[in-house]
Amino acid sequence: MKRFTELYWKLDATTLTSEKETLLADYFRSVPAEDGAVAVDLLSGRRQSRAVSTALLRSWAAEAAGIPDWLVEECYAHVGDLAETLALLLPEPVAGPETAAATEWGGLADCLRGTVDSVRAEADEGRKRAMVEAAWRGLDASERIVWHKFLTGGLRVGVSRTLVARALAVVAGVEPAEILERLVAVRLETAEDYRELLNPTATTTSRRPYPFFLAAPLDEPPAMLGDVAGWQVEWKWDGVRAQLVRRGGETALWTRGEELVGPQFPEVVAAAESFPDGTVLDGELLVVRAGRQLGFNMLSKRLHRKIPARRDITELPVAFLVYDLLEAGGVDLRAEPLGQRRRQLETLAALRGWPVFEPPMAGDPLPSPARDSEPFSLSPVLAPSDWAAVASARATARDRGVEGVMLKRLDGAYGVGRTRGEWWKWKIEPLEIDAVLIGAVAGHGRRAGLHTDYTFGVWHDGRLVKIANAYSGLTDKELTDVDRIIRATTLEKKGPWRGVTATLVMELAFERVAESTRHASGVAVRFPRIVRWRKDKSPAEAGSLADLRALVASVEPLPPLPPTPRSIPRPGERQTMLWEEGE
Amino acid sequence: MTDLLVVSDAGLHCPAGGFWIDPWRSVPRAVITHAHADHARSGSDRYLCAAPGKLVMRSRLGGTVPIDTLRYGESTTVNGVKVSLHPAGHVLGSAQVRVEHAGQVWVVSGDYKTAPDPTCAPFEPVRCDVFITESTFGLPIYRWPAPDTIAAEINAWWRANQAEGKTSVLLAYALGKAQRLAAMVDPSIGPIHGHGAVMKLVRAYRDSGVRLPPIDAVPARAKRVGQGRALVIAPPSVAGSGWLRVFGEVAVAQASGWMTVRGIRRRRGFGKGFVVSDHADFPGLVAAVEATGARRVLVTHGSSEAFARFLRGRGLEADVLATRFTGEQPDRDETGDETGDETGDETGADPP
Repeated sequence: MKRFTELYWKLDATTLTSEKETLLADYFRSVPAEDGAVAVDLLSGRRQSRAVSTALLRSWAAEAAGIPDWLVEECYAHVGDLAETLALLLPEPVAGPETAAATEWGGLADCLRGTVDSVRAEADEGRKRAMVEAAWRGLDASERIVWHKFLTGGLRVGVSRTLVARALAVVAGVEPAEILERLVAVRLETAEDYRELLNPTATTTSRRPYPFFLAAPLDEPPAMLGDVAGWQVEWKWDGVRAQLVRRGGETALWTRGEELVGPQFPEVVAAAESFPDGTVLDGELLVVRAGRQLGFNMLSKRLHRKIPARRDITELPVAFLVYDLLEAGGVDLRAEPLGQRRRQLETLAALRGWPVFEPPMAGDPLPSPARDSEPFSLSPVLAPSDWAAVASARATARDRGVEGVMLKRLDGAYGVGRTRGEWWKWKIEPLEIDAVLIGAVAGHGRRAGLHTDYTFGVWHDGRLVKIANAYSGLTDKELTDVDRIIRATTLEKKGPWRGVTATLVMELAFERVAESTRHASGVAVRFPRIVRWRKDKSPAEAGSLADLRALVASVEPLPPLPPTPRSIPRPGERQTMLWEEGE
Repeated sequence: MTDLLVVSDAGLHCPAGGFWIDPWRSVPRAVITHAHADHARSGSDRYLCAAPGKLVMRSRLGGTVPIDTLRYGESTTVNGVKVSLHPAGHVLGSAQVRVEHAGQVWVVSGDYKTAPDPTCAPFEPVRCDVFITESTFGLPIYRWPAPDTIAAEINAWWRANQAEGKTSVLLAYALGKAQRLAAMVDPSIGPIHGHGAVMKLVRAYRDSGVRLPPIDAVPARAKRVGQGRALVIAPPSVAGSGWLRVFGEVAVAQASGWMTVRGIRRRRGFGKGFVVSDHADFPGLVAAVEATGARRVLVTHGSSEAFARFLRGRGLEADVLATRFTGEQPDRDETGDETGDETGDETGADPP
């Protein structure tokens, strides 16, 4: 416990990834295996269940500190972290035999599997409270923060799973991707699991993805790229880039950030069960319901649900749109020209019966019959006669819910990283409006105590109506300047929210505007972010609701749910489908 | 009964006495609690401050404007209103202003702290009917560690940096905090250097009779100063600037009450923070309010709404008093001290 707390605060004190990696590696190398297992679990963000509700913790802490409940909330709004707020409010620890016993937790495993679990298991609230209070008396503020995070299951240390894997890889002497895979495969419970995780012998079948080949933004007229016939033109999807790797009878689904997301998308993994070994597909994950893609925020809902409920899968079915074939029959195809790979992919799609997913324009009839039951679709290629045709296709992107078009050189190999000149992304310009800052709340984490989460309004009938909340896009310096102005121009406070006099104008960018009955303004903007602080403009010069309404895409009702819930094949349950090698 | 003090356009005003306390505009007669820029602004015709702070005040206001002084506890009468100044413990010469007229006693705290400070006279509670208090750290999460504990932490950090060959850079307000830190640390560890803004006030402190350890200025055009050994005390604005280059490899820490909160500490990005403040912590504020015996409390800058509500919960008549004082702010260099940066002015509402 002590060592883990130390690690926690050392990680907190540095912003250098290399230093964090060293700290983690030193820790993993030096702790007993049973503690290592628990630490990897905690640090790699596995969900812990909460041992006490935060409501109870708050009220016990308020009483211990001798302050009213509302003041705890006031402090929380200021600090931006509940575990820390409570730790700072509690009375100083007392030394004594009673507290020494309460805090003799020994190792991390003892603490979590012993103390925290017994608090969780205790049904009687009074006894639960006594256990928590006994621990409080023996811990100082820095230890209490970690202890609270154990109790509430909210431990985050600012290390990614990938970073944990890198540190473990150093200790084990294997590749980080190997560790990432093992982290998925191995359930870390015992010392033996931990030793297995650090086994220096690499597994024979790796399900590692190929490095993703990336596109550069197009910053010149496309005509500069030569004849359009030399290019493959595709839609640029607004989803999550992913590789599906099928090897050794198992499937791994990787995002571009090398996160393994198979558990989040069981329908995709299950449908890949029938793929032969040695298959790697490159494509995009999207939520597609009744032939229409739903917005990215729907996909992130799925992405953040580590294990989706059946309802999620029914309401937010995920499709894998394939646009490249990187490996077939165990042969690495990346050196082949794109045109060749595409032909092979299309043969495969035809054999598998994958539909081609054309992003419908708003108002287009729904495809019939809806093909939600097949998660795999082929991402289409456009066949423009010239660059002007590409430009007009791109002009429909917003109405189709895509981000623009991709231009890929047909004779190019699948490279590594971002090689300019091979793949270009030609995105649509975002929509923009000048809006007035009308209120703010304080941020969390690094933005604690600073008013950085802004509410913006535009003019309507001589007053400002709220249109969006936005908090990204300003520099740290601008954030502090804006905070100062917000403090100085506060008109009213409602809890942590401050309404301000209109003095600040910011240029907001967003992807789309839609009619909305949930917003008082009657419109909802998508992905609002701050482009720049318009110091040159006065609030009177900001945009109006009429300006914003003029940008509304045609009304788009949500597609209906399929009539019956889809049955999800369980992993391991083979579907009888014919598979033949392409080409 | 009418209020003895009111907030006017120019600041906290005593209509009966015809003077202002810490005015934010030019007035004929200004009573100043202390020399930080959000309290002591130039441009008034005549100033009154506590005698121990006169040299500091002169170094801030400059020029030849008349500065009258009172010893702590000594009183004077202005247009029939009795005025006296009492130690606030904030920085050298800081004072609470006691105003008495027609049977009413009001006390204006200015900024204050209840913790000991070797560089200024300790806070003295003054009985009154109405107490106007600051509330910079008016939330119960703010509880200061004992000064000895912090001094030991800073000394240990300085030594550890020396062992790694790094120069220690401690960021602190140039007026008050910098001198207090110099007096807190163990000067036998190594040489202490001060930034120009700090040195100006070190001289004013020494000339006022405050004992400080040897502190050396950083000579202009120096190539190497105190590398790997020294403790450098400088205002926060030097962080990340070329001014630090002469010290070689550095370890930077900030000394401020805000360092209590992890998010704020991380935002400043110095990695290290020491909880040292010249303001009262929450228990200090509560104790100070109680010691005045005041039935009515007016709360100025800081967590004023929360602190006023807390006091109401304890049966006091407490309200927020809107002023333009700012006190110590988490992302501000100082109350307008150095580098000509008038940061203490909340009127800076217009975008720069």
